[in-house]
Amino acid sequence: MVSKDDITITGSCRITGNSAFLNGEPYFSSAEKEAFPVFMKALYKKVGPGYPKFYKMDPLTKLGFISAELLLTDNARTGLYPEQSRGIVLMNASASADVDRSFQKTIEDKEDYYPSPGLFVYTLPNIMAGEIAIRHKLKGENTVFILPTFSMEFLTDYVDLLFETQKVTCCLAGWVEVDDKDYDSLLLILEKGGKKKENAYKLPFTKDVLENLYKPD
Amino acid sequence: MPERIFVTGIGLITAAGKNVPENEHSLRTGHSGIGEVKFLNTVHKEIPVAEVKHDDKALFDLAGIPYREGYTRTALLGMIAAGEAMQNAGADPGGPRTGLISATTVGGMVKSENHYFDFLRNDESNIYIGTHDCGDSTEKIARRLGIHGFRSTISTACSSSLNSIILGARLIRAGKLDRALVGGTDALSRFTLNGFNSLMILDREGCKPFDKNRNGLTLGEGAGYLVLESETEVRKRNAMVLAEVTGWANANDAFHQTASSPEGTGAFMAMEKALETNHIQADAIDYINAHGTGTINNDLSEGRAIEKLFGDRIPRVSSTKAYTGHTLGAAGSVEAVFSVVSIVRNVLIPNMHYRDQMPELHFAPETEYKEEAGIRTVITNSFGFGGNNSSLILKG
Amino acid sequence: MEALIEKLKKEIIEALNLEDIEPEDIKADDPLFGDGLGLDSIDALELIVLLEKSYGIKIEDPKDGKKIFYSLRTMAEYISSHQKK
Repeated sequence: MVSKDDITITGSCRITGNSAFLNGEPYFSSAEKEAFPVFMKALYKKVGPGYPKFYKMDPLTKLGFISAELLLTDNARTGLYPEQSRGIVLMNASASADVDRSFQKTIEDKEDYYPSPGLFVYTLPNIMAGEIAIRHKLKGENTVFILPTFSMEFLTDYVDLLFETQKVTCCLAGWVEVDDKDYDSLLLILEKGGKKKENAYKLPFTKDVLENLYKPD
Repeated sequence: MPERIFVTGIGLITAAGKNVPENEHSLRTGHSGIGEVKFLNTVHKEIPVAEVKHDDKALFDLAGIPYREGYTRTALLGMIAAGEAMQNAGADPGGPRTGLISATTVGGMVKSENHYFDFLRNDESNIYIGTHDCGDSTEKIARRLGIHGFRSTISTACSSSLNSIILGARLIRAGKLDRALVGGTDALSRFTLNGFNSLMILDREGCKPFDKNRNGLTLGEGAGYLVLESETEVRKRNAMVLAEVTGWANANDAFHQTASSPEGTGAFMAMEKALETNHIQADAIDYINAHGTGTINNDLSEGRAIEKLFGDRIPRVSSTKAYTGHTLGAAGSVEAVFSVVSIVRNVLIPNMHYRDQMPELHFAPETEYKEEAGIRTVITNSFGFGGNNSSLILKG
Repeated sequence: MEALIEKLKKEIIEALNLEDIEPEDIKADDPLFGDGLGLDSIDALELIVLLEKSYGIKIEDPKDGKKIFYSLRTMAEYISSHQKK
């Protein structure tokens, strides 16, 4: 039972193992053997945002961006709230290590030394938050935590605290991790109050529900 | 009643000094830490940087531990400044209700870039694979100081350590912690030097914040930490209070990966919302410790945001980047410590290397060091790539 | 000159990850920046890297990029007049 003032999940997007699930339902998948970039491009085509900047993003930002795109394209819940009170809370384990390595490759060889600005700008995990903020006008508080594993306890505690400050009335929150061939994400739309437009998809924001959404299919 | 939050200890290490007193001396005497590269192994000798003036061996001494493998410069800098802050507060770090929130953007990159190829050959440098992670410096600091409670690492570019102060303040306000050691640490690395150089935003003459002819930032390194405590805890142990944390906010500029919006939307929102935390009037601000990196883009954007928020009653403004360089993930907390110093000593810290008025702005930064400066309430800004903008208000 | 322009088209698409754009979509005299290709300041910096990497031409001041990268033609002209033989 969700009471009026509890935080509720009004959207969830899970992406892992070449499959994307939207609100718990299979949305798209491609053959297991396909590499991450191929899967990402196919998913991008399927979502169809027409946002060519996507191709310039590093794998981590692509994963976060496409998750946000899936959540907000047909159901722009964040649009119900003022831009300044739409927050972002992301966490992962590897920060931006994946693109860090790509950038490192452009500077480590004296004979082939061409530091890439286009790679360097993504060598911070919060650039992912920034790209999502730009796309969906999420101008409220935004942060990225680095944790060894996806701690649902930390996420629920922190988001509770964030909503308590009343600076944020809705937020995108979750786990977005990419490290070389491994990737794994669960992104959520969270709202508090529930007095806005009703949403068919509505789950209580608890550790148990998160575990259920995150568990391997 | 939410808890009030007080600063009871501060610690610093920057190019301008290895502890708070040395940094204060540099501020007073106008001594800049910017100079030629000495310790970083790079081909870019022509680019000035603000290095901490001690090699890694000396940093072990300062951190009070014997030299051994497995410690990065990032972790050592953090241990030194965090140790000073804890000692300054005179508080017991043990117990579950003391937390550590530490920020870094570079993490262990400074070692990884030297040992990258060794890693593949599986030799003794593999100890540094574990230190690459951003959380490594946080754990090293916690272990050194005996902090067993809540620990977390924040990485939101150049606003990282201001965000760790915000999280600490919020956890105390909500009653989840009694005491939080908060701040950030970042060491200079080839990775960042090459990266910022590829963005063509490094001033070949050293940074000149808010100057008409500014041409980029100067990279620095260092660490800054503060001990925050609840009012209840301060009363209980009769702690000496340096300042109160009265406002904070974070906002996203939502404009570009690295550039700030020309009108400074994110900076404006961060400062405005920080004032709203405790309904502070804009008139009450005596001094703004600006982000002021010296890039063409930041100083104009931040300057416009200041003008928009404060109108024709602009508080005194200065950037302290010409002393320390831009210490990236540590900048927010280094400058929060400077802000505490300006309140406690009642001094105005000038904006070094400024000469000519920016034609787009109606105000100029302060250029003279002043005592008895009437500084009680300070707002300090830190803005990061990704549009991550934060502001913090401190009160004497 | 026309051959160089054609070569540049492919190089730019590759360097700037313009995956949905075909060489024939880029006209030699259209502005490179602005609405058409959706390029931004980071792309301008990547083009500076491209000039150095492929043509050995170094640009020290990013402000110079504005004129050089106005269109494919201005870029090609700059390359032909500055390339070390």
